[in-house]
Amino acid sequence: MGQTTRWFSLGRVFTCLLPLALWLGHARAQQLLTVAAFPAVDEIVRGAIPRWNRLHPNVGIKVVSRQFSDHHTAMTTALSTSFYLPDVMALEVGYVGRFAQGGGLEDLSRPPYDIRKFEARYVPYALQQATSRKGAVVAAPADIGPGTLLYRADVLARAGVSEAELIESWDSYVASGAKIKAATGAYLMAHARDMKDIVIRTGVQPGEGLYFDSRSNVLVTTPRFVRAFELARRVRQHKLDARVGAWSNEWSEGFKRGTIATQMSGAWLAGHLNNWLAPNTKGQWRAAQLPDGAFAAYGGTFFAIARGVPAANKPLAWEFIQMMTLDREVQLGAFKLQDAFPALLETYDDPFFELPIEFLGGQKARITWRTAASRIAAVAVHKQDAFADEVINTELDKVLERGKDITLALADAQRLLQQRAHR
Amino acid sequence: MKLPPVLRLSPEWAPYVLLSPFLILFLVFGVFPLAFSLFLAFQAWEPTSGLGAMEYVGLNNYAFALRDEWFWKSLKNTAWLAVASGVPQHLVAIPLAVFIHTSFKKLRNGVVGAYFMPYITSTVAIAILFSSLFSTDYGLINVFLQALAQVPGLGWFLPANPVDWLNDPDNIKPAISMIVFWRYVGFNVVLYLAALQTIPGDIYEAATMDGAGRLQQFFHITLPGLKPMIFFGVTLSVIGGLQLFEEPFILTGGRGGTDQSGMTTAIYLYRMAFDFNDFGAASAMSWLLFILVAALTWVTHMAFRPRGASA
Repeated sequence: MGQTTRWFSLGRVFTCLLPLALWLGHARAQQLLTVAAFPAVDEIVRGAIPRWNRLHPNVGIKVVSRQFSDHHTAMTTALSTSFYLPDVMALEVGYVGRFAQGGGLEDLSRPPYDIRKFEARYVPYALQQATSRKGAVVAAPADIGPGTLLYRADVLARAGVSEAELIESWDSYVASGAKIKAATGAYLMAHARDMKDIVIRTGVQPGEGLYFDSRSNVLVTTPRFVRAFELARRVRQHKLDARVGAWSNEWSEGFKRGTIATQMSGAWLAGHLNNWLAPNTKGQWRAAQLPDGAFAAYGGTFFAIARGVPAANKPLAWEFIQMMTLDREVQLGAFKLQDAFPALLETYDDPFFELPIEFLGGQKARITWRTAASRIAAVAVHKQDAFADEVINTELDKVLERGKDITLALADAQRLLQQRAHR
Repeated sequence: MKLPPVLRLSPEWAPYVLLSPFLILFLVFGVFPLAFSLFLAFQAWEPTSGLGAMEYVGLNNYAFALRDEWFWKSLKNTAWLAVASGVPQHLVAIPLAVFIHTSFKKLRNGVVGAYFMPYITSTVAIAILFSSLFSTDYGLINVFLQALAQVPGLGWFLPANPVDWLNDPDNIKPAISMIVFWRYVGFNVVLYLAALQTIPGDIYEAATMDGAGRLQQFFHITLPGLKPMIFFGVTLSVIGGLQLFEEPFILTGGRGGTDQSGMTTAIYLYRMAFDFNDFGAASAMSWLLFILVAALTWVTHMAFRPRGASA
């Protein structure tokens, strides 16, 4: 009886341990690389998995997908606690600047990564966007957002405004807006803030950031801010903006109904308009360079490796990032399927750039955007950029809504930012 | 079947073992975050650098918070919203509860359920719904106001153009207050209905025989009888009002609205931590807010204590 019981118990232990042993064996054969991403980027990563599997048949890819802001909050938490860190994390450019100032991401400019040796292969300004003040490159650029002016050709035609007239200068842009409003009732832009957003990005001196210089001195009382505020105020005074924020219901309705005639944004917005914002307006939109010869970046995606990632996974994580950012086929695939404008220069000779875009009335707009991508200048990032953005938007609100004097508004912004600059 | 001795619980350990699931959860999700937040309030920390990057800065974060204009601005917004949404809740809920208590018999539960419904509905769903209702050009509220303006005599009182509820800094606070009021008035009605049932009916009978009218009965019997529940309800409104977050956060797209006129202190704390990466200052501000909530709760307690009783 005792002997039987012992064998019975051993059998049970074996039965319990067998699946564990099999699972461990499988885990050893199938190493897993975790990639955390947000919508659209997650699809791009999934689309690249077959290519990765051909290169690394024993290494699987697990995509952890969250909504945009949830993803970045989760990455902040993961970096702060070093728990649940993905091997590779996708980051939007605004967060790259913020994360670059901390020490939580691998410096890709150092061995074994040496991303600088690939610098000439990326769009010139892209790598600079991921470079901290100490010179560390914390992420590799996957896609960029060359700034463009999307406009409703049918609305402009009814108002008798040409593209050349629209983009000649900021003054002609506002004057065109007045003509459009008078002739069609459509607003020139969604919000006067859009005007400020682009004008403060023009004329940034080399080495300067948007709001702070290299010594954290605040720059918000400089002429580019004064000019930006004056233009935004003029737009509001002439009632040329619909007073709606981006991504709101009114914003998308404005596009659908043709009550917003132009929108300055990244080239990717054309894809959003086509896919879900205003597909009914197909053929009525066109793309042009930004007014007054301005070039600016709107968004962009990067891939980074956290320092807390196990050392054994880092080489594979870096190989994955190289595939996503330096592989011509992957970059072009993302461009064709998700409108992710490539950061890799060697894709720029692909015939896809020359193809007409149906949504833009057959215009070969990718050529316009390619030109813009090569002309955008790098802007240094500062850890208080997000706060500065908020302060400037608030002071602009006061100018537009309460009639606050521009000099006073910018002086108040300067004072608030000086309190924070060195925190 | 008898359990083997190793699995048996001795009577002296049994209470601790049975309590342990709650205690463990409370320690992990209740005590630890509080203690960690208190610890963070004395640290400078760039969160993306990891836990090792903390640096003790003493009271620096508190000093910064008290000098921060936006912290004071958020407190003013919070106080405005708490008063504008909180006071009407009780001013409406008390007479409404009395009306339901005296006028509805069979339909009572249905009526109470209808008023209570907003309280149990998801805040996110409510905020998204009201975002559409408050839409300037396409919202039903403006459509209704415009239709009402066509009624002869009413046009003079109503706005000629569609009201920009969510983008005009002067309109954001009233819009948020309306939603909060609508959401919590039913909850207060239920509280007061429960309290009304504790007031003996013979007091009202005696008052009626003495010739007291309904208004006199309301002021001299009902209101004094509701006083303990008013204290409870007002305390909940004070605490809830000062911690207001979801409704304004969703309605203003997480920014606090134009000129930040819908930015409550809770939103500002969240943004300080997760948008501006300043967990130290955010923690210090949260403790300052806690002190304010505690102080106002004490003031409420003093205002509603029975006459002659000591604090």
